[in-house]
Amino acid sequence: MENKIKIGWFSYSCCEDNTVIMTEVMNDHWQEWKKIFDFRHVRVLKKNNIFDEFDIAFIEGAIASEKQEKEIQDIRSRSKKLVAIGSCACVGLPAGQRNIFDEEQNKHISFLVAKFGAATKVKKLSDVVKVDVEISGCPMNPDDFLNKVNTLVAELRPS
Amino acid sequence: MHTFDLSMEHITKIEGNASVKLKVENNKVKDVKFATEEYKRFFTEALKDKPLAAIPAHLSRICGTCSNSHIMCAIEACENVLGIKATEQTKLMRNLMMHGLMIRDHALHLYLFAMPDIFGKDAFLEFDESDPIQHKLLHDGFDVKSAGNFLATLIAGRSVHATLPTIGGFLKFPEPASVNEAIERLKNVRPAVLRLIEIFKNAPFHFDRQTKYMALVPEKTYGYINGVLETSAGEKYEEKDFRSHLEKTVIPYSQAIGYKYEGEGYMVGALARLNLAKDKLHTKTKKSATEVLKLFPSTDIFYNNLAQAIEILHSVDESIDLLSQNTFKPEEIIKAEPKNDIVGVGVVEAPRGTLYHKIIMGKNGKAESGEVIVPTGQNQVNIERDIGVLVQNLLNKPEYADNLEEDKRAVEFEIEKLIRAYDPCMSCAAHFLVVDWNMK
Repeated sequence: MENKIKIGWFSYSCCEDNTVIMTEVMNDHWQEWKKIFDFRHVRVLKKNNIFDEFDIAFIEGAIASEKQEKEIQDIRSRSKKLVAIGSCACVGLPAGQRNIFDEEQNKHISFLVAKFGAATKVKKLSDVVKVDVEISGCPMNPDDFLNKVNTLVAELRPS
Repeated sequence: MHTFDLSMEHITKIEGNASVKLKVENNKVKDVKFATEEYKRFFTEALKDKPLAAIPAHLSRICGTCSNSHIMCAIEACENVLGIKATEQTKLMRNLMMHGLMIRDHALHLYLFAMPDIFGKDAFLEFDESDPIQHKLLHDGFDVKSAGNFLATLIAGRSVHATLPTIGGFLKFPEPASVNEAIERLKNVRPAVLRLIEIFKNAPFHFDRQTKYMALVPEKTYGYINGVLETSAGEKYEEKDFRSHLEKTVIPYSQAIGYKYEGEGYMVGALARLNLAKDKLHTKTKKSATEVLKLFPSTDIFYNNLAQAIEILHSVDESIDLLSQNTFKPEEIIKAEPKNDIVGVGVVEAPRGTLYHKIIMGKNGKAESGEVIVPTGQNQVNIERDIGVLVQNLLNKPEYADNLEEDKRAVEFEIEKLIRAYDPCMSCAAHFLVVDWNMK
């Protein structure tokens, strides 16, 4: 297939469970995906990644710092479709559980939050950029992921 | 003579986000920093005041790919708090869950992360389907992963953040038809696993160094849940005494904590397990891998890949037997009232090495605090030291003298290969913690 769909896959603050699910869904779909997808920036799969423009950018994880927020905005500006995958990206939890810590808990963690330049509050993806599609779950449901990917493929490359 | 700084912000084809900073002056390595770049998510802090029933699912979220080992470890810690003794069927199903995890997780690492380096490819999906060997390996990789995924899903409900294992037993039991399908799938991939062992036996990468190895060594069959902690120097510890031999090491520039044993770095993982317990592997595994097993015990870090391939074979052989020789019947969950002021410890072998969970109960039947020590935290000291030695060895070679940019690229590639051989999981490494040190 000419004109493959350019895929970006990015992980932020999370356990990367959705990346594992994606590699498991790949067990049954890799031959088809090789034909239609250009895995342009997927660090878990390759070293020589290209950060230019994406037809679909998948983002897992919550946003834990200003630096990450700027990166997400940059990815958004380069992407036709931006998909939030998994609970941390869609609702900010559990990666953002420190947002609801009490005073005593905050005393224990505050200097570490400051030392590594993390934001005061962890954000979900839609707090930072426009999200086109959400695939929720912890981890995301593989069937839901496939259905939404197929819908996006049909939209981007109508047959 | 080279003088340069090398900054690798994102090590690829590993779990999570790690970086390396290297300083070389006049061909001498002056400084190496291997750091976890994940932001802390404070899972042990968030554990406070949680009821025990919520703890396995909570700690599972530390890491996706290792999640089922975190669930298993937390269940063990919670059952030790409650004084629950698992039934024989529960023990059997937990063993199968861990075998499914090892097959799936090791296969992901070996085929998708490590194997492209051997074939000079950037990605597994770039393997040439018109080349008979690469074509076969492409299919092998996804078939082996799929078999492990099927087994884990059959027993545990999901291969990531399992839903069926719980404190006191399992919530659902496998149906005979699915058990038979799992057996068939495992039998079908066994030849592929033998090919995988050959690939990593013949891989041209080697890095030898002396260190101590540590693992949970079972009394009888090679496994990942029970046993005594042993080191390659012959020391033995009970699971509950783990904190007496691990020394916490602050790594100021990393979001993770390192650990030492008797003041030195040490290694956990498949290489450590095979070095310490290869005699306990399944009989069929030992028969099929007779020659390759003579390479162990080994001090070659790249044989961690080979050890993982052998562990896949063991988990395939063991699972086929366990599934074929047993039937599964519904059982009641064993329940017990939470006790106050008691400590429960869980220790399991996760794919990347020994994993420790400690739960300290408060006075209200809920957790007061906890501690989690992950494999990558334990390997971190060795990884950093090995990078320095590896780079110095390269710079001592006459061919590393002329072209600075070319040599830096070569150094970068060698560092990435070495890190991948350790199979680090940075998501795990940056999860916590209640801090008892002051970084100000």
